[in-house]
Amino acid sequence: MRSEPLLEATGIHKSFAGVRALRGVSFELRSGEVHALIGENGAGKSTLIKVITGAVTPDAGTLRVEGAEVEHNNPALARSLGIAAIYQQPALFPHLTVAENIALALETGSRWRRVDWRTRNSRAKELIARAGSTIAPDRLVSTLSMPEQQIVEIARAIGADAKIVIMDEPTASLTETEVASLFQVIAGLKKAGVGIIYISHRLEEIASIADRITVLRDGESIGTCEARNVSREQLIAMMVGREVAAVFPKREVTLGPVALELRGLSSREAGIRDVSLSVRAGEILGIAGLVGSGRTQLAETVFGLTPAEHGEIVIGGQPAQIESPAAAIGQGIGYVPEDRRRNGVVLDMAIAANVTLADLRQVSSGGLIDRGEESELAGRYVTQLRVKTPGVDIEAGALSGGNQQKVALARWLAINPKVLILDEPTQGVDVGSKSEIHGIMMDLAEKGLAIVMISSELPEVLGMSDRIIVMHAGRVAGELSREEATQEKILTLALGHAA
Amino acid sequence: MRRRYGRELSVAVSIALLALFLAFTVPGYFSAENLSDMFLANMPVLLIALGMNMVILTGQIDISVGSLFAICGILAGAFAKMGMPVLVAGLGAVVAGALMGAINGALVAWMRIPSIVVTLATMVALRDGLRWATQGAWVSGLPDGFQWLGLAQDSYPYLMAAAAILFTAGISWGLMNLRAGRAVYATGSNAEAARLAGIDANGVTFSVFVITGILTGIAAVLNSVRFNQIPANAGLGMEMKVIAAVVVGGTAITGGSGSTAGTVLGVILLGAIAPALTFLGVSAYWERALQGAIILAAIVIEVLRQRGEKRVALARVTVE
Repeated sequence: MRSEPLLEATGIHKSFAGVRALRGVSFELRSGEVHALIGENGAGKSTLIKVITGAVTPDAGTLRVEGAEVEHNNPALARSLGIAAIYQQPALFPHLTVAENIALALETGSRWRRVDWRTRNSRAKELIARAGSTIAPDRLVSTLSMPEQQIVEIARAIGADAKIVIMDEPTASLTETEVASLFQVIAGLKKAGVGIIYISHRLEEIASIADRITVLRDGESIGTCEARNVSREQLIAMMVGREVAAVFPKREVTLGPVALELRGLSSREAGIRDVSLSVRAGEILGIAGLVGSGRTQLAETVFGLTPAEHGEIVIGGQPAQIESPAAAIGQGIGYVPEDRRRNGVVLDMAIAANVTLADLRQVSSGGLIDRGEESELAGRYVTQLRVKTPGVDIEAGALSGGNQQKVALARWLAINPKVLILDEPTQGVDVGSKSEIHGIMMDLAEKGLAIVMISSELPEVLGMSDRIIVMHAGRVAGELSREEATQEKILTLALGHAA
Repeated sequence: MRRRYGRELSVAVSIALLALFLAFTVPGYFSAENLSDMFLANMPVLLIALGMNMVILTGQIDISVGSLFAICGILAGAFAKMGMPVLVAGLGAVVAGALMGAINGALVAWMRIPSIVVTLATMVALRDGLRWATQGAWVSGLPDGFQWLGLAQDSYPYLMAAAAILFTAGISWGLMNLRAGRAVYATGSNAEAARLAGIDANGVTFSVFVITGILTGIAAVLNSVRFNQIPANAGLGMEMKVIAAVVVGGTAITGGSGSTAGTVLGVILLGAIAPALTFLGVSAYWERALQGAIILAAIVIEVLRQRGEKRVALARVTVE
């Protein structure tokens, strides 16, 4: 006795300007299940979502909701059919309150009606409670954290009586505890019979939340399987179309002298207290911790963005004064920040100019830039990092995410750094580029670079690090060697308990 | 900054078409006298536009240049009447321009006040401060050596031409080839990324306002020596002309992309149109309306062109 599927897409085709994004994809969602949709970047996940939400009209194929064919789908129709999407970057109005944001999507009636604020606020409060939170309805959305904004989005979907909820990378900016509370909300939605399409790059997470998994590759559905019957390796193999031998290309490296040492570093402004650590040449030091534990702030302090008030930064055995990024660069420290679009690459500038931006001195004399030398230098790194581009004079904005991340990395390799700080180096990067970036990190370590890697992805921290520092509330909560580190130990420290 | 001259070319073609049209309809337009007049009248616009181009490249705007222009002109005259040699008086006015630019720049760069707000305030404050100080009276009775900088009237345009070429070429070359120039583009394109790359983005922002102040000072001095008295209401609407020239020349109003050559062509196009109207017997009242229309057209063309270009760039990468 199988009930009618909640949503059924069959033989969906879609091409954009000759590029075939979807070639006959089929997908089915039952009521009360979490159905994960995975695949590398460009596999067609977002296009499929856009077809379902009506943002894009397919060239061929049919879409059925509860057995009824949906013709001429559009965003308004999809919404009236009970389809709601929650994107990675919440689409809320920052200058309006939580209650207003929720009301905008839900309240109907004349544009000129009088607003009943009391009802509006109590309704918002109730929906937020059902989404598992206690955010005050009168708070401005701009004062909410990313996870809180997601809660508001979920509350909105609940309020709209959505039967089909699409979550696109909902955990990308969440800490482990926030993920846990999100999963509780998802469990509640399932119980209410909602079908959830769940998109994520984090396979561990999918294993724990999904009932079924559909893998897309190059616009085709490769297969759908029961989540409990499939291993991580099998999934990766399905996604990339080849068996991946070792997920992390970790190799033994002979360690050199201490390259960077922090002694009792504190900064009130950055919120870090008494941090001491060291990293040796050739070593990869992983920094784990919840979001807000001061990992990024520590990196920013070392890099001179929020100079330390107390403590010492010792580079290659010499105490260093680092009060600006320029000073840090002068000391041979490179920093690839989180969120490369905002802080990393300069999108309107050519790849060559991006690569040389942090150390123009190298390709200039007396303030004068030698363009030939610049292109040559950039060309070398483009080749070394295998950036997919027709040339170094292309604007960085025209590249894909993985390739932009490589350009950001190239900028810091170009300064010949001694220490490289990588903040979430593979966030939002597809599986193929991810292992390529891990490979590059290993190559660099072998060349004697000291690498500090901040990451929220525990398997990455465990897989790539020689040693792991766990931070909690701006302090070092503990240090684990590669051998003794486990996900449980890291989490225990990150939550502020002694190991 | 990939070299693309598409925009510069389309402005140049517009100028050529306008010239061709005028050559047939109003030959008098190309008399040496008229050309020289037009050049001298637009020289201040050009100098200020060179600075404004840099301000806009960093993603800011300066609408106080008209008021700065008036104050610097009056100061040059006042200093000269105090008995200073003409060059010293001029230099004093330029320093005053730099100081006023520095006030703008400091408020924008370090106090983080939006530049449109800061310069709107200084525009009004400086303009009305000047009105109060001078009571609207023009500076006249200037010393003999002041007019034409003490040069003969016919050699003065040559000096101006030399100065125009020198400033334009120097700034253009610097923006393209100096590290400081690259810092201007990087700051305007993505200030946070520039800061993380070790560039002192606040310093860059401050500097472009100071440079604009200096260029405005020079423009005011060079303009005030053309007449035997200096008006207290000079430079009204100057900011409009200058910003228009920069935008028509293809500099993105959001910062990060544009060229000096484009700005020069923008000044020429807008500067050539106004007198052309007079020659064609069209009322001068149409000038501002036409200027506005040209700016709108330029922005619309720019947006359309950028869209097309992005598509081409993406297609190229995908093909690889």
